[in-house]
Amino acid sequence: MTIKPKKINDFTYIVEKQGEMKVPLKIFANEELMKKIEDDDCLQQGINTASLPGIQGFSIMMPDAHRGYGFSIGGVAAIDAENGCISPGGIGFDINCGVRLLQTNLHKDEVQGKIQPLLDALFEKIPAGVGAKAKLRLTPEELEEILVEGAQWTVKKGYGTQEDIDCCEENGKLKQADPSKISDLAKKRGRGQVGTLGSGNHFIEVQYVNKIFNKETAKTFGITKEGQVVVLIHCGSRGLGHQTCSDYLRKMEEAFPEIIAKLPEKDLIYAPAKSQIAKDYFAAMCAAANYAWANRHMIGHQTREAFKEVFGDKVELHTIYDVAHNIAKEEMHMIDGKEKKVWVHRKGATRAFGPGRKEIPDKYQKTGQPIFIPGSMGTSSWVLAGTEHAYEESFGSTAHGAGRVMSRKQANETWQADTLKKELEKVNIIVKSASWRGITEEAPGAYKDVDEVIEVSDKAGIGNKIAQLKPMGVVKG
Amino acid sequence: MKKYEFLDHTADVKFLAYGKTLEEAFANAALASYDIMTDVKKVKAVEEKSIKVTSKKKESLLYDFLEELIVLTDIEGFLLSKVKTIEIKENKSDFTLTATVLGDNGDNYDVHTYIKSVTYSDMFIKETPTQTTIQVVHDI
Repeated sequence: MTIKPKKINDFTYIVEKQGEMKVPLKIFANEELMKKIEDDDCLQQGINTASLPGIQGFSIMMPDAHRGYGFSIGGVAAIDAENGCISPGGIGFDINCGVRLLQTNLHKDEVQGKIQPLLDALFEKIPAGVGAKAKLRLTPEELEEILVEGAQWTVKKGYGTQEDIDCCEENGKLKQADPSKISDLAKKRGRGQVGTLGSGNHFIEVQYVNKIFNKETAKTFGITKEGQVVVLIHCGSRGLGHQTCSDYLRKMEEAFPEIIAKLPEKDLIYAPAKSQIAKDYFAAMCAAANYAWANRHMIGHQTREAFKEVFGDKVELHTIYDVAHNIAKEEMHMIDGKEKKVWVHRKGATRAFGPGRKEIPDKYQKTGQPIFIPGSMGTSSWVLAGTEHAYEESFGSTAHGAGRVMSRKQANETWQADTLKKELEKVNIIVKSASWRGITEEAPGAYKDVDEVIEVSDKAGIGNKIAQLKPMGVVKG
Repeated sequence: MKKYEFLDHTADVKFLAYGKTLEEAFANAALASYDIMTDVKKVKAVEEKSIKVTSKKKESLLYDFLEELIVLTDIEGFLLSKVKTIEIKENKSDFTLTATVLGDNGDNYDVHTYIKSVTYSDMFIKETPTQTTIQVVHDI
């Protein structure tokens, strides 16, 4: 089947309903990004998603979309939570992979000369790379508590602050979590990894505010001036989350052979909403999401300690917000004029709730929620604000990153770690990595231009530009 | 004969693994998986681990076998150097794989990427009387 997306305006394309599709596919992209999406052979995945039972409105692809398994990365689907289904491939292996942004009272001029010792301190406090070597050793009982209480557990134990919790999606805890739905193997993987970064594209980046686009909203977010230093943390639920996704993919595969037989791709497997497996998976996914929030919260705490070690006790770091970009959330949305409960699958997509929505913190009620979009290593990252328009357009969702265009294999063949490191140093960006090759795989040239992704989000009105951030130093997992 | 080769995949890692038999292809898929994480040729064969998995289909057997290895790496820091023995038995309604693998602790090596999970994406096992070819995509 040749897929011919129809251009609706400068930032939206539609693929009309055809074949098995229950709804049309909507793609947020400009011409250039659309070409990259077409080249990556992932439109078919958006079309496959449109065939899921109970999908509402549109199957949606974000401007940073690229090929995934089951859903594309950058895929959004709102699926009827009573009569539809839930699909682990629509969430991803790294359940609640996400980003947290902290603002500081430092100016880039104060940090520039101390960036190397700062990265060393971060690297020392936050274990990165393969294997489980968290500073925090958990008993099996403590792990159960984390799965129920999420980031709130860590504050009880004296790590981080109540403000961190107030400024976190879901206050760092999904109430529907049930740790008994997480396998012993997943728990075993999770016990030693709270407060660790992992590897791949996960990182901690020290950045400064390069440009503010909306002063008032930025101020509400705690971004007060250009040159202000901020810290972006990107990671997820580590081995516990990966194992949970894998466990339920396998369970669904065994339970529903008749569904598998009809699917264009095995990884698109789903459980009908009324089945016990759907309920179990949702409860397990919530528990893994809580684990991820506890993890990012601990890393935030360790980041604060590293800054205090280098800059003394006067330095202050406040969490602006923490957002998930691999998750399914139970939300109410207006569909055909009626409020309906849906599971909004966001796989490589960020919630973008606008002003007035009860799910977002009081302090952001007038501005809409903060959204953070990390760029590739060495390029800009962005702070956006959620909009009311996003409910109509994208079930309150926007993009999540730059999106890869080049394979890791090609990236390794194209760049050499030491020259890449020197090139970044020339523009005042220092990289510290657990591994050399990890650097080339994440080379900026292997990604789309994040600024273009942001332009599309802004123009489509699904996430408005607030501030552009530039990197100074990166700790890579 | 080539043991395995990597293919282009935008976000994750895709490879083909070959063998004269199903067992050999499985063993080479394990080697390819560790070649993603580290320079597998440098890993010493000083620790031995036993693996046993039972699964309904050959594809799920491959998935479960590679997942066992990923879990060993995640929990114990184990890096594979070679597959010492591997046997796949067809039972009445499922398959059983037993293997012993050799390797070393990851602390001693430059490990540049970690595999989050095996996936079923584009997975196939093609068997002819003389050769088996396997394709796998790992999420990293």
